[in-house]
Amino acid sequence: MTTTPLLDATGVAKNYGAVAALRNASLSVLPGEVHALMGANGAGKSTLVKILTGAISANAGRILIRGEARDIRSPAAARRAGLLPVYQEPSLIPDLDVLSNLRLTGTPVEPFRAWVRELGIPDLDIRDTARDIPLAVLRVLDLARALAVEPDVLLLDEMTAALPANLAEKVLEVVRRQGDSGRAVIFISHRFVEISALCDRATVLRDGETVGVVDIVPGVEEKIVELMLGTRIVKTHVAARSAAQKASPAPARLSVRNLRVGTKLNDVSFDLRDGEVAGVVALEGQGQDELFSALAGSIRPSGGAIEVDGQPAKFSHPIDAIRAGIAYVPGDRAEALAMQRSVRENIALPFSAALRNWGPINMRRERAKVVSAIERLQIDTRAQGEVQRLSGGNQQKVTIARWIAADARTILCFDPTRGIDVGTKQEIYKLVRELAGNGKSVLFYTSELEEVQRVCDRVIVIFGGRVVDIFPVEEADEPALMRAAYGLPRGAKADVGILADPHSSPETAHASEPGATP
Amino acid sequence: MSTTVITPVPFGRRIKRFMADRPLIPLIILLVILVVILQVLRPGIVNERWIANTIKFAIPLAILAGCQTMTMLTGGIDLSVGTVATMSAFIMATQVVNQDPAMAFLLAMMPAVLIGLVNGIGVGVFRVHPLIMTLGTSLIGTGCLQVYQRTVIASGAKIPDFLAWLGTGLTWGIPNALLLFVPLAALIVFTLARTGFGRLLYAVGDNERATRLSGVQYWQVITALYIISSMLAGITGLLYIGLIKAPSLSLAEPLVLPSVAAAVIGGTSIFGGRGGYTGTIIGALILTVLTTLLTILQMPEGARRILFGLIVLFVTAAYLRIVEER
Repeated sequence: MTTTPLLDATGVAKNYGAVAALRNASLSVLPGEVHALMGANGAGKSTLVKILTGAISANAGRILIRGEARDIRSPAAARRAGLLPVYQEPSLIPDLDVLSNLRLTGTPVEPFRAWVRELGIPDLDIRDTARDIPLAVLRVLDLARALAVEPDVLLLDEMTAALPANLAEKVLEVVRRQGDSGRAVIFISHRFVEISALCDRATVLRDGETVGVVDIVPGVEEKIVELMLGTRIVKTHVAARSAAQKASPAPARLSVRNLRVGTKLNDVSFDLRDGEVAGVVALEGQGQDELFSALAGSIRPSGGAIEVDGQPAKFSHPIDAIRAGIAYVPGDRAEALAMQRSVRENIALPFSAALRNWGPINMRRERAKVVSAIERLQIDTRAQGEVQRLSGGNQQKVTIARWIAADARTILCFDPTRGIDVGTKQEIYKLVRELAGNGKSVLFYTSELEEVQRVCDRVIVIFGGRVVDIFPVEEADEPALMRAAYGLPRGAKADVGILADPHSSPETAHASEPGATP
Repeated sequence: MSTTVITPVPFGRRIKRFMADRPLIPLIILLVILVVILQVLRPGIVNERWIANTIKFAIPLAILAGCQTMTMLTGGIDLSVGTVATMSAFIMATQVVNQDPAMAFLLAMMPAVLIGLVNGIGVGVFRVHPLIMTLGTSLIGTGCLQVYQRTVIASGAKIPDFLAWLGTGLTWGIPNALLLFVPLAALIVFTLARTGFGRLLYAVGDNERATRLSGVQYWQVITALYIISSMLAGITGLLYIGLIKAPSLSLAEPLVLPSVAAAVIGGTSIFGGRGGYTGTIIGALILTVLTTLLTILQMPEGARRILFGLIVLFVTAAYLRIVEER
């Protein structure tokens, strides 16, 4: 093949102080290709994407676009060169309406609207203020905005993370068509199902270096994982529950009775016991955010009751929940971390919160607690001076380590594995099970259904602000969960389009490759 | 060649990294350069007396800049420090005529605590922007002081001997003001680095939402902060009246903006979460030396101010370029 690559980067390196984020990364993308960029946490994916889109400049390396060197040292220059990113975090300005946001970037409105409809959102009002639009829809709007200017190379960073299944499906479909039209897409994802359904080739990064470029064929997953991790990783089924515990359930640690929050959460009741991990499963925007915020003391419920250890509890500030031993790990890491501060200060933050702890810090005791939490979670502390220099997975570990150090009895985890790599996910599953084993209780919301079986003892399904079903994990295979999440009664065998067995999708993708489709 | 090669500059980058790791070094270098320039322009001016004098004048500025450092760490600012300092100085000077000095001191510190409390509640509870809040209380304070001035006009004013000793006196060539400043500065540095309160100032300025989720009650931190800031300003007023020895209604007002500048030059970010007090102290020294330098150049007042402003802008921009990594 002598086709000139649309994008050809070689020997790209970037240092942050003493830490090398990229050593020797290369990436070559052909026209008409959907190219996966893969790597474990901290392998340098985000850094490479930022360099390619002009957000930061490289210390070394050569970047050719259509065989020519182009200046991409600013986002605007990258845009002119035809490189356009859609980042993990929504990029619309929250206080402007959608239309003004489009004008701001000079995006043509009609193509944008067409793409929005195409992506499965028929009823968008472009006069809506971005702040009022749910996260999942915002991400789709970001994509539509990028598509509307017809970039040569589109970079999608974890595009489907936090998207409900129906939107994700549409997004993947559109991305696949981009490839067919002679443009190229660089696709960053941790979901093998998507990659095998969508991509032609994959470039794998490890420790800031490109360690391999592979064609996506059935069964290549093992090879990619090997490349990513450098060693073979064994997928373990972590859930290990003692029979004794099942026989005599502990008294309820946290009881929620008929909880209501505004219009989002209508009627939720459930119990959470010591030594238990209860999974919460819900499609995007079914009231799970409000449920977690209310339990964490961030917002006040408008009705219903919360009981802690059998005592009624009223939370008017997160401190009230924390005093009751309930800690909240939000899904958005930027919400939980002081990014410019050190790992240590972030983990120790709750220690200083109460007025009586404002005095001199016992540095030795603090250090001991922090170090033991860091060791327990195996946080990579090479860049511990500032949390913002850590990789996403390590940042997530810091948000959890904080509450392990504070010895919280109940932890509310909201999608803790969003956008982090396979290895770290495994560690988090293991940690959550250990916590339960030590008698703690965990409420675990996840947007990835396969996690439920790995982590949870019980599943609480929320739909339209109500608990529609609670059932033990043994019955919680993915199709059952998906049905329940759509509010369908258990046992019904109704066919719901997207319930297609995910394991069959590689074959589907194979059949729909350019040559095979009409 | 059609390639984008970014050649590494090892030596320059190494220096840059060295500076970035130790942000105090470039500041100290700048201070030394200024002193050397001064010595070159006026040989012999840099002697023991000059140093003592510079320190005496830098101390009130450095304490007020400490107020700015701490409030700026939370993303705030305290523009009422000038008024508070003036009020406590003026009340001290007038009350000490008829009152016991201890009583006069308490009366002098009262408006400081009150203004700090109002600032703290306004910013922490009602979420008024600190710039507006402290500007407002500053105007109110100035107004009150004018009313107060009329009521005590008959009594006259005097500078207590102790304050004059503290403000201007030297012991074996060392300014007595250091007796106040050294423990105070040590306390501020310790508070910021090693106490729960100090940690919270940084954390609140970095990510208020994260601190809330960790159980921090914003209003408590902010109220305590602005009360402390105001009390420091009140103490500065007392020290400053001992130095200037002429009570007026705008005594410490000219120090307000330089105090902000000193904190910024010292590397504290006005957006919160970054900075420290040691840098601020050197920032205050730099500004004081710079003022002397511009005075001896014998320029017209206008030109001097223009040059002062330009140098402050240049130094801040250059410093941020050196220290921040891109």
